[in-house]
Amino acid sequence: MSKPSDLVQGTLDMLILKIVALEPLNGWAISQRLKQISSDVLGVSDGSLYPALHKLERHGWIAAQWKSSGNNRRAKFYSVTRLGRRQLEKEMTNWNRISTAISGIVKLKEA
Amino acid sequence: MSFEQWLYTLPLRWRDRFRGKQADQDLSDELRDHLEQQTQVNLEKGMPMEDARRAAMRALGGITQIEQQCRDARGHNFIENTIQDLRFGFRQLCRSPGFSVLTILCLTLGIGANAAVFSWAEGILFRPYPAVVHQERLLAVAGTARDESRGTPTSWPDFLDLQRNCTLCDAFFVSKITGTTLSVGDHAEVATGSIVSANYFDAIGVHPFLGRGFEPGEDVGSNDHAVVVISYDLWQKRFKGDPQIIGKMQRLNNVPHTIIGVTPQGFYGTFVGWAMNFWVPASMEETFESGGYKLEDRGARWIEAYVRVKPAVTPAQVQDEITSIATRLEANYPATNRGRNIKLWPLWQTPFNNAGTLLPTLQIMMAVVAFVLLIACANVGNLLLVRSFARRHEMTVRMAVGATGRRLLKQLLTEGLILAGFSAAGGLIVAYWCRHALALLFPARNGTMMYLPGEIDWHVLLLSAGICVVATLVLGLVPAFQSRNIDLAGALKSESAGVTAARRKAWMRSGLVVFQVCLSFILLAGAVLLLESLEKIRTTSPGFSTRKVVQTGVSLVAAGYDVQRAKTFQDELIDRVRALPGVESAAYARLTPLGYGSYSSTPIAVDGYQAPPEEQPTVEFNEVGPAYFETLGIPLVSGREFTRADDENAALVAIVNRTMKARYWGDQDPIGRRLQVKGKWVRVIGVAADSKYESMREDPKPFFYVPLLQDFVRGPVLSIRTTEPLQNISSALLREVHALDGNLALYEMITLQEQVDRSTSPQLVAVTLVSILAGLALLLAAVGLYGVMSYAVAQSMRELGLRMALGANSADLLRLVISRGLRLTAAGVFFGAVAGLALTRLLGKLLYDVSPSDPRAFGVALAVMTITTIAACLFPGWRAARTDPARVLRD
Repeated sequence: MSKPSDLVQGTLDMLILKIVALEPLNGWAISQRLKQISSDVLGVSDGSLYPALHKLERHGWIAAQWKSSGNNRRAKFYSVTRLGRRQLEKEMTNWNRISTAISGIVKLKEA
Repeated sequence: MSFEQWLYTLPLRWRDRFRGKQADQDLSDELRDHLEQQTQVNLEKGMPMEDARRAAMRALGGITQIEQQCRDARGHNFIENTIQDLRFGFRQLCRSPGFSVLTILCLTLGIGANAAVFSWAEGILFRPYPAVVHQERLLAVAGTARDESRGTPTSWPDFLDLQRNCTLCDAFFVSKITGTTLSVGDHAEVATGSIVSANYFDAIGVHPFLGRGFEPGEDVGSNDHAVVVISYDLWQKRFKGDPQIIGKMQRLNNVPHTIIGVTPQGFYGTFVGWAMNFWVPASMEETFESGGYKLEDRGARWIEAYVRVKPAVTPAQVQDEITSIATRLEANYPATNRGRNIKLWPLWQTPFNNAGTLLPTLQIMMAVVAFVLLIACANVGNLLLVRSFARRHEMTVRMAVGATGRRLLKQLLTEGLILAGFSAAGGLIVAYWCRHALALLFPARNGTMMYLPGEIDWHVLLLSAGICVVATLVLGLVPAFQSRNIDLAGALKSESAGVTAARRKAWMRSGLVVFQVCLSFILLAGAVLLLESLEKIRTTSPGFSTRKVVQTGVSLVAAGYDVQRAKTFQDELIDRVRALPGVESAAYARLTPLGYGSYSSTPIAVDGYQAPPEEQPTVEFNEVGPAYFETLGIPLVSGREFTRADDENAALVAIVNRTMKARYWGDQDPIGRRLQVKGKWVRVIGVAADSKYESMREDPKPFFYVPLLQDFVRGPVLSIRTTEPLQNISSALLREVHALDGNLALYEMITLQEQVDRSTSPQLVAVTLVSILAGLALLLAAVGLYGVMSYAVAQSMRELGLRMALGANSADLLRLVISRGLRLTAAGVFFGAVAGLALTRLLGKLLYDVSPSDPRAFGVALAVMTITTIAACLFPGWRAARTDPARVLRD
């Protein structure tokens, strides 16, 4: 499986939700955005993006729509649903809580 | 998954399920789009076309894998899997048709028997009146006297008071069974009908399909409203569906009635046991009932009534209200109502129709069919154990290639569901076939069949579905349990099962057979007990002679005879009958023993007998003519019998039975003493031996007789003691009747024995049903026993061969197998006997003069069980005896 091992479980879902919450995008654009935002640190391969997208769609958190994307090509655009927004909020709250706790521990100076 | 989520994703799942190709196409389109965009970007970076493409593909990874991962991410489709499981299950079951067919047959028998009996209970006890609204709130109404628990009819004035004063009920109505001979054209046929209150059709919510029902006031007066509503069936059969039927005249009991309505199809009236053909208002009571005008006579108890309680009112509340009304009636009308209460009964205990008669039989039947189902399940369990053994390899392989326990369980449950589903469907078909079977077991009367339909409604469907679900779980979980602890490596290495596992399975199989034998033994013992008690009932002397006595009646009421004409006719007829060749004696009586119809009862007072306070002794009596005791063969202990001189001008007299003498006079001789009957003093002139009056199973009870000539009835029963066969006497009698009046018809002529047999028919039905099912249970147990023994023989071929090689002969081996079978049977019989001793007590009401622990019954059951065991073991034993040691030991 090509899921990056150092990515905290569930984080990829949150990132995707966050990205498509800003504007509807197709898969390729989402992968570009992921790379831009995280400056490639996260190293999400394109291969692991699509299963994640389909899983989110299956959960009803994002919805897909086929649109033409110029050049007469059909492209699948993902947008966040009401359920997805709620999920995103939940996950962000959770993330903030955990990251605060973890950074608190990391910043502890050795006595 | 929350409901909202479920709703959101419904279209997706729909597409995945039903448009899988489209979903796949979309996915590859999406990925191709990604590749093209990435290639574009790479091209813009200055890569050559081929490199740009390759780089994009490298970045994405293996397309096929991604596609598979996406499909996985979409999750496995439950429905798709189930359909796949079903297909696979079918294939598996078709591959072992013997197992499948046997399993389905066993379960079909079990479920079918249950569904049939339950549908009878539903159609006879719980929802007996199709088309009647709110049956669940209907209760039967009957009177009781203080010292008796059974229900007796009530009087019309009492009914009116109840109807007026009951505030907790929606409807209060009367429906009293009656009958007539209906002549349409030149064809006469017996028809059953009801005398009803005018509110009848409104109360039960049945609206005539043609014409109208009764109007208020049509149940008032003496023969004032000669109108009749006929049933749909009667309209179709006898009037050929004549659309102009309304307003036509039809003679009923010689009185012209106007047909005012036809009931809708599927309505059979409100009487369990017979389908009603016509309904007349209570004002026509005199035309159909003997005993004259009774609508204003509070002492004349003849009606059968129902009440529908208001919603949310409990029967107990209504009973309280009705008891208080009855108490008021008791205070206001002590002469007729002292000591009488009015009681409500659930429909399934209705005292005045066949519901009450069939209740004990159906209760026992429910227990019996549950046993049959258990025995069938034990058989199926045995089959499953063998099969799970055979499928061990398959399960192991499937687990080895990665099937999870859950997946296997689901597959096994699906197979169970297929088997149970087929069986449940088969069972319902069996129940549908059997829905009229119960009525067939009763002998026909007057040429008409009883009407006891099974009702296959949602209760029955629910029961079958319930059994189906339980069976599915058992069918699925047993093998799942068996394959739970498969040691993959070990099992794949060696195909031979561990010795201990095999032994445990053998134990389970033997245990199941012991269980089956145990249950069959109980059923056998129960069937034999019922047979014995039927035999006892049929052979016990009823206290009168049943041979050589025939009886019939002449319908004088129907012919419009008044009292004086009827008296003259009856006197002339009996003289002619006595003069017939072969006739030894003949007598009239209002009723004969064990016939249909209830005896009158009256409060009595006896000179020199002080009744306990708060008790009004009430005794039943019969009005009988001269020579009654001689004709019926009831011995007189002392005194004399009634003669023609005991008429309305002579002193009032009575004959008491022995039990009555003992209770009210003790050791003294009652002859010449006084007895108060219906407020008049009469003198006792004789003591008759006890006999049976209403049921062969009743205990001796006080009873007395008064002369028919002092208490006249226009439609008495004529009993004739004769040496001639029934046909001869019947035609001779008809000649004599026609000589007197050519317009008169005879009622059905039957022997007294026939009358006794009819009264014991519920016992006969119980015996027949229990015997059939016990036979079925025995067969199933024999199949189980045969299965276990032949499997055991097949498994121990080596051992048998070895024994043979060491000098055992065929007979020894046969004996070995049979003795193994008998050992299982012995264990089963032991448990069966222990449980049976406790359970046969439940037969209580159906047993007569037979102890529930009668050793003879248990002995017979043991003998039958032993013979069956030997029969079931013969073939396996024979195979064992033919073991070829050389071949077996070589293999």
